[in-house]
Amino acid sequence: MAAAGALGRIVRLGSSLCRKQRFIFTRSPPGRGIASCVDPAHGLTDEQKEFQEVAFNFAANEMAPNMAEWDQKEIFPVETMRKAAQLGFGGIYVQPDVGGTGLSRLDTSVIFEALSTGCVSTTAYISIHNMCAWMIDTFDLCSMEKFASYCLTEPGSGSDAASLLTTAQLKGDHYILNGSKAFISGGGDTDVYVVMCRTGAKGPKGISCLVIEKGTPGLNFGKKEKKVGWNSQPTRAVILEDCAVPVTNRLGAEGQGFNIAMKGLNGGRINIASCSLGAAHACVQLARDHLLVRKQFGETLSNNQYLQFQLAEMATKLVASRLLVREAATALQGNRPDAVSLCSMAKLFATDECFNICNQALQMHGGYGYLKDYAVQQFVRDIRVHQILEGTNEVMRMIISRNLLTES
Amino acid sequence: MSGRVLVGVKRVIDYAVKIRVKPDNSGVVTDGVKHSMNPFCEIAVEEAVKLKEKKFIKEVVAVSCGPQQAQETIRTALAMGADRGIHVEVTGKDYDTLGPLQVSKIFAALAKKEDAQLLILGKQAIDDDCNQTGQMTAALLDWPQGTFASEVSLEGDKIKVVREIDGGLETIKINTPAVLTADLRLNTPRYATLPNIMKAKKKKIAQVKPADLGVDITSRLEVLRVDEPPQRLAGVTVETVDDLVAKLKESGTI
Repeated sequence: MAAAGALGRIVRLGSSLCRKQRFIFTRSPPGRGIASCVDPAHGLTDEQKEFQEVAFNFAANEMAPNMAEWDQKEIFPVETMRKAAQLGFGGIYVQPDVGGTGLSRLDTSVIFEALSTGCVSTTAYISIHNMCAWMIDTFDLCSMEKFASYCLTEPGSGSDAASLLTTAQLKGDHYILNGSKAFISGGGDTDVYVVMCRTGAKGPKGISCLVIEKGTPGLNFGKKEKKVGWNSQPTRAVILEDCAVPVTNRLGAEGQGFNIAMKGLNGGRINIASCSLGAAHACVQLARDHLLVRKQFGETLSNNQYLQFQLAEMATKLVASRLLVREAATALQGNRPDAVSLCSMAKLFATDECFNICNQALQMHGGYGYLKDYAVQQFVRDIRVHQILEGTNEVMRMIISRNLLTES
Repeated sequence: MSGRVLVGVKRVIDYAVKIRVKPDNSGVVTDGVKHSMNPFCEIAVEEAVKLKEKKFIKEVVAVSCGPQQAQETIRTALAMGADRGIHVEVTGKDYDTLGPLQVSKIFAALAKKEDAQLLILGKQAIDDDCNQTGQMTAALLDWPQGTFASEVSLEGDKIKVVREIDGGLETIKINTPAVLTADLRLNTPRYATLPNIMKAKKKKIAQVKPADLGVDITSRLEVLRVDEPPQRLAGVTVETVDDLVAKLKESGTI
């Protein structure tokens, strides 16, 4: 676990008594230590605190030391993710009878928030995999023996998802798919593709959901995209050319696909928001630590009232975001009527605020914040995309305003 | 042989926390500070669970002494694979003065009561660094001890222990029942898995008081004062070796 691992590192560096030491430039795990207003354990049950502890330990030991390398070398950390799956992180809200861990949406949010402090990009992929595992409910996915990708977006349909053009024509006991999907996380490296395609007429009611395995003839991939962040997951276009998929691979009924996709996204939005929370939490810790160490004008930056106030604002917005995300998770778990709106509000608010928090933390680091030797820039780059995917924050506003303005 | 192993686990301030001394110098600040299981105790639990998995022993019992919060530490041990827990309730002033002598008396009493074959502890706690409880418990029980263990193997009714000592590594063979204390390189503790955390909720933690075990926990020690270590002073650069020798003589170091 974290403590013994960290002590092991200290001993290898030559200290004979195993005492904790302060390393100024190495990355001590963000998330440990200060019991303060931003402690993410507040308000949780004892059991949730234990889940969170495991996730923080895993993030600190298995992810944080590697996050810079995974980013720079664009490594898809399969072995680390399988280790995470062994702890139950592969299908957190999937039912145990199909190999999942059977926890609630709130437990899930707490876990992803903690894992994110170790590497946002990898945690975000794990959350996408979880979303797919939930949609398909299979054993192999929960153990991460196989990895999954969610394919909805196309070159011509992003926010206007229901206008997708990939067709699936029924021929005997197979669907023949033609079309292409864009920006698919894990695309090309994952084994299972959950593809939304058109089996019927225009609009959402003509869309169905098919599961396609890698290696199926007609399933091809574009080049690996070069991204600003999320570099530990490959992103590729998925190209379908007369790809034959058995009818038995369809999830739900014909025409139900869009519904399934949207339901998946509600949870996906909470998950992505949770990843943003973790990054912001890590950045608040990093900024705080930096302010206590860096001296200018004869004193530490922590004595500067402007920076004190800014840190306070960052902390306040972090806690506010966290509360909204957790409330949305609870609403989704309980199937409340406000669940969809809350998920949208949570995603909108948390991703925006947390990006600002991370960006502010970078600013507080001064020139050092811009160097890749420091983790803060990776958090900023990694969570920038959270304001765009899983439904742009503009689309989140559409969903919320629709709820407000519809006559009931 | 009962096949039962007792593992002592201590709740300590988390290793990553920056320690602050209380303004009245009576101790360190513990209120609201993150606590977790002593890292050497984690290693002890891991070793016990491994022995059970290899079928050398049948049951792992996690024991902790302290207030209500000690149960969190026992739960962590349960989530790692211990079968049941015993919480010895010690609160308030008694807890503040609870030291290795008192804890060893408690462990000795429990080891007899539970008919334990093995008692595994961490070599020391990271808060007081005493490195005494294992040795004292063995003395009270008149059991052999394998301390600073970096390798443990059961051979029939004897235990082979490789110990890390100043001169290197020492291998000893001791009879059971025995006391072992875990050193850093004994193993790498496992993460609790989410399913195991959920299963741990159903495992039992028994509550006892030191009086029930016939143990007197009054302390013979009184802490007079706790201070921070002196601030590290700036160094001085010297030009020549002669200067260096002169400075060292001046400071009384040589």
